[in-house]
Amino acid sequence: MLNLPIYLDNNATTPMDPRVLEAMMPYFTNQFGNAASRSHSFGWAAEEAVDYAREQIASLIGANAKEIIFTSGATESDNLGIKGVFEMYGEKGKHIVTLNTEHKAVLDACKHVEKMGGEVTCLSVQEDGLLDLAALEAAIRPDTILVCVMYANNEIGVIQPIKEIAAIAHKHGALFMTDGTQAVGKIPVNVIEDGIDLMAFSAHKMYGPKGVGALYVRRKNPRVKVTAQMDGGGHERGMRSGTLNVPGIVGFGRACELCRLEMAEDSKRIVALRNKLETELLKIEEAYLNGSKEHRLPHVANISFKYVEGEGLMMGVKDLAVSSGSACTSASLEPSYVLKNLGLDDELAHSSLRFGLSRFTKEEEIDFAISHVKEAVEKLRDMSPLWEMFKEGIDLKSIEWSEH
Amino acid sequence: MAYSEKVIDHYSNPRNIGTLDKNSSTVGTGLVGAPECGDVMRLQIEVDDETGTIRDAKFKTFGCGSAIASSSLATEWLKGKSIDEAMKIDNMDIVEELALPPVKIHCSVLAEDAIKAAINDYRVKNGLPPIEKI
Repeated sequence: MLNLPIYLDNNATTPMDPRVLEAMMPYFTNQFGNAASRSHSFGWAAEEAVDYAREQIASLIGANAKEIIFTSGATESDNLGIKGVFEMYGEKGKHIVTLNTEHKAVLDACKHVEKMGGEVTCLSVQEDGLLDLAALEAAIRPDTILVCVMYANNEIGVIQPIKEIAAIAHKHGALFMTDGTQAVGKIPVNVIEDGIDLMAFSAHKMYGPKGVGALYVRRKNPRVKVTAQMDGGGHERGMRSGTLNVPGIVGFGRACELCRLEMAEDSKRIVALRNKLETELLKIEEAYLNGSKEHRLPHVANISFKYVEGEGLMMGVKDLAVSSGSACTSASLEPSYVLKNLGLDDELAHSSLRFGLSRFTKEEEIDFAISHVKEAVEKLRDMSPLWEMFKEGIDLKSIEWSEH
Repeated sequence: MAYSEKVIDHYSNPRNIGTLDKNSSTVGTGLVGAPECGDVMRLQIEVDDETGTIRDAKFKTFGCGSAIASSSLATEWLKGKSIDEAMKIDNMDIVEELALPPVKIHCSVLAEDAIKAAINDYRVKNGLPPIEKI
């Protein structure tokens, strides 16, 4: 029996693994201590739990436990990393290089840096969503202090050549930061091998709880520091004040451990399901995959169904929980900037659906999704004037549209 | 965002989807919106030459559920109306009937534009001056 609706929006958030909840439970009740309380056993127990989680998290990404700074989530980590580096290394330079397909947390933190007197170069990606390394190299200046490029994109799942990007940044004396939110726990990420100096990531994208994330801050070769963005008790080596979210951190730790142990098996299964979904949906006439097919997370497929509008389509696939790059899904009425920055026509950007699978996705669910989407696309095309024109061989670009 | 029951009803069971012969002198066609904006409506009316009433109305829409519902409702309302009556359909009537939220008001505006464009197409075809936008 299928439970409807089927959740295929795992890039937005993942369900929490029951094993994660189990690990967290005692820290909501009996083990309620403040990890910063040094004078009694309640505090010690909390501190021990946090230390253990720090190890679990560090070991997933090949870091040292001391390099994990806990935050409220990836948005805070992105802000802390970018603004913190800008403030800490302001004397060295004021230039930051990033991408135009980054998450808003990065783009808006960069805008903030610009207001503080910094300069930001926002590079365009290529049609497949990948950064052109030559363009990166050309953009770096003597006063560049930070290159910030996401590990994998949240809308199209495209994985950037992180090692190469880090090497270019380091060659020019800049730090390399990555937003690893979508990648950590899904594909192997190793801060040493990849040459990452700072990395933002979050628990709730990898079957952990919401409201907790981390910023990895390298301690050796080079020793990186960020200026705290919040004043207070000087927790987290002075980089992030605030009482630690102990149950959240314990859950984050357990989630990382499960990912480390099960990622290889999970992703084998997930990629097979994703490929099935994708292969079947791309058999639909005028359906296109957005972003690089090869350099991509195993659980993501972003597909445009031309001549069908995304929000209308989502209403048609009401038994699926997915998201769309369509304008109508956002308050701004602008289609997805990520898809537009791939060079997609607005029209194709409006027609996209993002499918994100998880370790809990079942094959029956994918089979259902395939037929459900096919049906809805067919139904909507039957009522689409654009589809009719396309079928009559009319070039839509030849029509003078009344923009409104 | 939750849709009203009426929007869901029109979306699930759209009335009057289809195509009329756009070359016929009794048919008026209105094509409004733009693919880049995520909404295109094509609304057609067939006018009875003798009585001047709208005998049939058809639509096809590329857009969100509210856009589809707005145009579906418009065709329902147009049938049997005289051209003059049809000109009086106001987008706010559609908003009210479908309980559209503020962010979807543009869908109703588009439907009203489509009605007027279809009427004008019919008028021009039959040697009448187009009606200026009110």
